[in-house]
Amino acid sequence: MRAFIGVIGLYLVVALALPLGLMLGKSLQGSKDEFVGLANYVRYFSTPALFQSIGNSLWVSILSTAITVPSAFAYAYALTRTRMPLRGLFKTIALVPILVPSLLPGLALVYLFGNQGLIKGLLLGHSIYGPIGIVMAEVFTTFPHALLIILAALALADARLYEAAVALRASPARIFWTVTLPGARYGLISATFVVFTTVITDFGAPKVIGGQYNVLATDVYKQVIGQQNFQMGAVVSVILLMPAIFAFLVDRAVRRRQVALLSARAVVYEPTPKRVLDLAMLAYCTLIGMAILSIVAVSQFAALVKFFPYNLTLTWAHYDFDTKGGGGWASYYNSIRLAFLTAMVGTVIVFVGAYLVEKTRGFALGRALFHFLAMLPMAVPGLVLGLAYIFFFNAPANPLNVLYRTMTILVVNTVVHFYTVGHLTALTALRQMDPEFETVSASLKQPFYRTFWRVTVPVCLPSTLDIAIYMFVNAMTTVSGVVFIYGPRTELASISVLNMDDTGEIASAAAMAMMIFYTNTAARGLHLLLARWLEHRTQAWRRR
Amino acid sequence: MAHGTLVRLGSVLLCVAIVVAAIGLASTTVRAAKATLNVYTAVEADDLKKYAARFNEDHPDIEIKWVRDSTGVITAKLLAEKANPQADVIWGLAATSLLVLKPEGLLLPYAPKGLERLDAQFRDKDNPPAWVGMDAWVAALCFNTVEAQKKNLPKPASWKDLTKPVYKGTLVMPNPASSGTGFLDVTSWLQLFGEAEGWKYMDALHQNIGVYTHSGSKPCTMAGAGEYPIGVSFEFRAARQKRQGAPIDIVFPSEGSGWDMEATAIVKGTKNLEAAKTLLDWSVSDKAMKLYNEGYAVVAISKMSKPIEFLPDNMLQHMIKNDFQWAAVNRAKILAEWEKRYGAKSEPKK
Repeated sequence: MRAFIGVIGLYLVVALALPLGLMLGKSLQGSKDEFVGLANYVRYFSTPALFQSIGNSLWVSILSTAITVPSAFAYAYALTRTRMPLRGLFKTIALVPILVPSLLPGLALVYLFGNQGLIKGLLLGHSIYGPIGIVMAEVFTTFPHALLIILAALALADARLYEAAVALRASPARIFWTVTLPGARYGLISATFVVFTTVITDFGAPKVIGGQYNVLATDVYKQVIGQQNFQMGAVVSVILLMPAIFAFLVDRAVRRRQVALLSARAVVYEPTPKRVLDLAMLAYCTLIGMAILSIVAVSQFAALVKFFPYNLTLTWAHYDFDTKGGGGWASYYNSIRLAFLTAMVGTVIVFVGAYLVEKTRGFALGRALFHFLAMLPMAVPGLVLGLAYIFFFNAPANPLNVLYRTMTILVVNTVVHFYTVGHLTALTALRQMDPEFETVSASLKQPFYRTFWRVTVPVCLPSTLDIAIYMFVNAMTTVSGVVFIYGPRTELASISVLNMDDTGEIASAAAMAMMIFYTNTAARGLHLLLARWLEHRTQAWRRR
Repeated sequence: MAHGTLVRLGSVLLCVAIVVAAIGLASTTVRAAKATLNVYTAVEADDLKKYAARFNEDHPDIEIKWVRDSTGVITAKLLAEKANPQADVIWGLAATSLLVLKPEGLLLPYAPKGLERLDAQFRDKDNPPAWVGMDAWVAALCFNTVEAQKKNLPKPASWKDLTKPVYKGTLVMPNPASSGTGFLDVTSWLQLFGEAEGWKYMDALHQNIGVYTHSGSKPCTMAGAGEYPIGVSFEFRAARQKRQGAPIDIVFPSEGSGWDMEATAIVKGTKNLEAAKTLLDWSVSDKAMKLYNEGYAVVAISKMSKPIEFLPDNMLQHMIKNDFQWAAVNRAKILAEWEKRYGAKSEPKK
């Protein structure tokens, strides 16, 4: 068993720990790989053009968080605590941004609020290129992530608390502030950190809509791609890593203090119809839902229009990716292959890894270390991971350098990049299973793999499916993780969107971004069908 | 729990993972039978497929693997990979960049067949030349007539016109650090106006710039779409935009236009020297010149140049007398100065 934890652990060491370590070292080296101590950092902080970005990054991240979390809370409240109609539909709409690359809202905002934008009057003369555009795009991108966390926090409530509050003649506002909000506080804190981290590490939105407003993530890109200054790229990466790791640690500390609110004697709260509240919430959710859908609709519109804004006749010409540069249709098929491979390989590795952490005994140190490595990717921005891969896999001395620029390296990178959420999903599923399964099967002298195959896997099948679709969708949309390590044969659809936008083929960029959206939507649909069928086949035991 | 079974199960699962990964790997590496050249280029992305196809008509046995980005990026990449070059050939990079790479010892001098037919200024001075030219690309303004009318903007006739307050926030130009077009703009102003005056000019221009873009094409596509009415771009993209229906006038400023040439070179240390030579021979052939002439008005054998729709016939007269050597030697210094002055504009202009 030690050997086995060792094998998957080795994967995380090679694909995560070593590259990151090498990157830290690189930030202390000069252009000839000589050790220069903190000289690069000194140069960073004495170059206003560079360290200014720290303030810019913090500003857009704080602003985006301050907008996203309350609006997601209100939306989640409407979905869980009111009898507003069409709740299922509104939940589906709110999750749409998960299916698109973070470049897409940037492109759509140009069409909506750019100088020729359809509704640019709403900006009152301010430019969309800059912090305003970044924040709008980030709110779009992070909304569903915040929503899912807060939904989970609001989903269950103890009705007795509300009955008590009403009996004590508390006003609805008072009940909200003293019962509802405190009950969801851990969810809110968690959502705050997730949104903040996502925004500060996101590269897609500021790249497309940021104009001259420099942030840390675009600085890494500019240093590495634009100037091939890898040392300075490493310095900015280390700085970018700080807030992410800080947020990650605080979040973990908070989660540890969280106690079960719902005791065995709790009565599940059921919201009652309240006409005014329900209608107000319906109006609010419609507004948000429309905003989300209009971003997607505008992208599709842009992709089909011949020459915006002067010739609005429809055409398929922008889908002729092969004549637009940026990788062509081949990049789209590469993306599908990457997503598929990541889903398959990633799910197997993640699930087996989680199984080893949760269900095996002994070798505690190894398992703890493994768990730590599995949690680490959450705090590592994609760009930082990608840059670390250049240092590690492109080193002439590394025997693994044959992998550089291959599909394999993209799969390895993407699995690691999205490891943590898969790991947590698998752990949750495994924890639902009584450890006595293992004890009983051992005492019945059943070989271990039979228990795993006949009991563990079937029971956890819905969760493994969740992991697979999560990996698939993210592999389709990710830009930051792969932008440094794709090669001439392995261009991806998301990278293609980026490159076409760079050369001014914005309509084609929008067309490709929409291809990603449709592919992910189809994958999601397939996932739902499969999940339903599997539940029918293997989850009959859940019903009584 | 039995140790052995656990290991067995583990190896089964790992095998599955490896097989799946291997399928992915295999399908990317399977075709390697014919000679492949890693070709680094800054040629316009929409033309890459055409260039390779035209070359393959004559040489189907040599496969081209493109690595394409803007001029500055490709230049930086070649410099960064100096110790362990990944490229075999550079086909379509600014001469000012090749002149930076040459003293670094990155280029392998080679005299392609038919070299004598090229105009003298379209080749490296040494014999054999470190690089050979393909065509010239020339700075041009894309001026959106529809937006100009709406905003009452006069059509600029000169570079100096662009600094007038009436154009505040209406201009977009490429960042010279990443874009070859941006770099030739900056170096042409420094040569036309002199160094001190040139920077003063750019300080004034900066006040009118809406955004700086990554590529030299994007200013013209943005101007074409009316996002910003005036794009500082180059003649190839301007003509193509106009053909695609953009309501633009193409302006060649009266002081003269900066220009650079696209050029070809062999990277020292290539493992495919024969194929690389074949590509260089082809790159100065008549067929190649005709190919370049489909987009660019002036090609390296200038008497072969045929006029391009929407572009003036006398392109050569619009081009300034350009000191490439000076631009190449001072490239790093100029870019650093530019970055210092205009790189960190924290707030975008309205």
